[in-house]
Amino acid sequence: MYKTNRRAFVAGVSAAAILSGTRVAFAEKKYDEGASDTEVKIGHTNPYSGPASSYGVIGKLHQAYWKAVNDRGGINGRKINFITYDDGYSPPKTVEMVRKLVEEDRVLCTFNTLGTPCNTAIHKYMNQKKVPQLYVATGASKWGDPKHFPWTMGYQPDYQTEAVIYAKHILANIKNARIGVLMQNDDYGKDYFEGFKKGLGKDVGQIVKHASYETTDPTVDSQVIQLKDSGANVFFNISIPKFAAQAIRKAADIGWKPIQYLNNVSASVAATMKPAGYENCQGIISSQYLMDPTDHQWDTNADMKGWHDFMAKRMPGANTADAAYVYAYSVAHLMEETLKRCGDNLTRANLMKQAAGFQKFRVPLLLPGITINTSATDFYPIQAIRLARFNKESWDQFGDIMHAESS
Amino acid sequence: MRAHASRKWVAVLVALAIVIPLFHPLMPDLVSNYRLFLVSTMIIASIAVLGLNLLTGFNGQISLGHSAFYAVGAYTAAILMDKLDCPYYLTLPAAAVLSFIVGYLFGLPALKLEGHYLALATFALALAVPQILKYKWLEDLTGGVQGIVLLKPEVPFGLPLTEDQWLYYYCLIVMLILYWAAANMLNSRSGRAMMAIRDYPIAAGTMGINTALYKTVTFGISAAYTGIAGALSASAVAFVAPDSFSFFLSIKFLIGLVVGGVGSLTGSVIGGIFYVLVDNSAQALSTFVKNDIGLQFDLSAYTVFGILLIVLMYLMPMGIAGGLFALIRRLRRS
Repeated sequence: MYKTNRRAFVAGVSAAAILSGTRVAFAEKKYDEGASDTEVKIGHTNPYSGPASSYGVIGKLHQAYWKAVNDRGGINGRKINFITYDDGYSPPKTVEMVRKLVEEDRVLCTFNTLGTPCNTAIHKYMNQKKVPQLYVATGASKWGDPKHFPWTMGYQPDYQTEAVIYAKHILANIKNARIGVLMQNDDYGKDYFEGFKKGLGKDVGQIVKHASYETTDPTVDSQVIQLKDSGANVFFNISIPKFAAQAIRKAADIGWKPIQYLNNVSASVAATMKPAGYENCQGIISSQYLMDPTDHQWDTNADMKGWHDFMAKRMPGANTADAAYVYAYSVAHLMEETLKRCGDNLTRANLMKQAAGFQKFRVPLLLPGITINTSATDFYPIQAIRLARFNKESWDQFGDIMHAESS
Repeated sequence: MRAHASRKWVAVLVALAIVIPLFHPLMPDLVSNYRLFLVSTMIIASIAVLGLNLLTGFNGQISLGHSAFYAVGAYTAAILMDKLDCPYYLTLPAAAVLSFIVGYLFGLPALKLEGHYLALATFALALAVPQILKYKWLEDLTGGVQGIVLLKPEVPFGLPLTEDQWLYYYCLIVMLILYWAAANMLNSRSGRAMMAIRDYPIAAGTMGINTALYKTVTFGISAAYTGIAGALSASAVAFVAPDSFSFFLSIKFLIGLVVGGVGSLTGSVIGGIFYVLVDNSAQALSTFVKNDIGLQFDLSAYTVFGILLIVLMYLMPMGIAGGLFALIRRLRRS
């Protein structure tokens, strides 16, 4: 016969006490890795070198922004430790750097990592590790999929949505459209093109010529000539500023006068319109969600003045004509607000919860009327753009702010 | 005597390489999953550099195009795993065979080229392959610009290892087999023929060595080795995309080759370790110079990389392996 002796009983009770104590401790947990009473660590990768190094300015602004936040006391009393690595726009390198951020530096989250292939490479990993991959710097439509990837969220309006809007505008306003498309041959270009075809629907046959180029091509002159020869009377330009400017100028040089649609990525006055020649840009249609720092209509706007002050003080010598700085400033502000709303509950789950809980939140430098809206089922922070037509040396917004149809 | 001594050292190093990862549960910070992943990356780089070394170091043919064979291997593995649900370990022989074929076929027209012209031809190959992978006719197969997302290798037989530990052992096993095969090949008649072509091509031809055959087969074998490295990297990174295999990758292999030691098996290991290590450490060094030393230069990581390369080449013109051997020889003499 087995007797319960005193020692065994005491041990059992002690174990039960320890377990229940542990349970209580879990309920009060405030921090995940990367957060403490005094510090929050956020990770970032950016192509400071390599073929996409022109986007390196985004990372540089982020460094300056978080330093400014720390100089005014941090967020809820915590300093932000912003750790940024160079991935050279190489997906395997991004995997290495992000694993370093998550497993060695032990950051709370990654923020605004740049590039569709680079973010695709870490997409599954971040969701397996349950580490927030917040406000990724790519407009691919795949980032807004909370059902399959609950830890990943994009920021800017996705390319497909924007392209659908152009397609619908063409269908509504141009009879007998014959459409020529110039496309950069990568994920950015193809996402736009897929959206455009989707927007045309059964009228997809109106695309009479589709030409593409590589970022390593010196010019796109031959592609523009092909588009003209196809008899197109509408030109949808899916290219980055350098090539967009070349295409616009070449079209004018060869006497081709189609109705032109320009993707938002290249709707910069200084980076695209000025090099293309203002006289060649009249009437071009594009869309915007951010203020263009080189567009004089915003010179007196309070947000724009604040941004200029920031640039002058924190980033002397930086090229304020570069719209990437405006983009970076706005997304950094959203990140600051997200962290602020976490209060003292800085767990990764709560960070995602706050990121997915914005309603009509105003971020500086977004166009008036455009706000951040997210929910547990909607991971697209910005789904609104406004069409604009180029007039003289500035973009004139026209029509209403257009929202993507929720799906 | 020397051979025995070096074999002992190799045995010790291999034993260490096998045992250290087992300490992961005991010291998870020191032997972390991330570091095991990083060492796996070094092993993969060593295999790729070995592939290049066989061609350039031992056979004397320059190549700036090995990123192409790496890509062929990676995509072969990725497509087999993604489309045909092929187990990851079977993708290695497939990648080797396909890369061999591509390398051999490329080696044929390259027979007429020497030196700089061969470098340019292989350079063209390095530039062309990422474009081919994006081509619309291949898009369904390759995933086009979006690439292919994969699963990491699962730990077999229910072994009590983490994914990264298993990945490390998997890469280590493959590396040991490949180095053993390379050492045996180089110690054979074929190996001596390869090196003879490098050193005295006309004399080699005169003595009856079929230089054309040896050159093309060496090209194929070299491509196969680098293709296997590519297949391993597909498993390690769990993602392939055209942007992963740019011309810069060829340059990195070449850097690993030259820094580690041309024409040296040991040099290939050192070279592979070097370029991964410096690639990752260059930014830390750059930050250190700026923040801690206080120099107000915004040195980019690659500037630091470049400076390190120049210093190394000046101090050790025969590469790190050559430098180490010279040092050992000097110590023994004194």
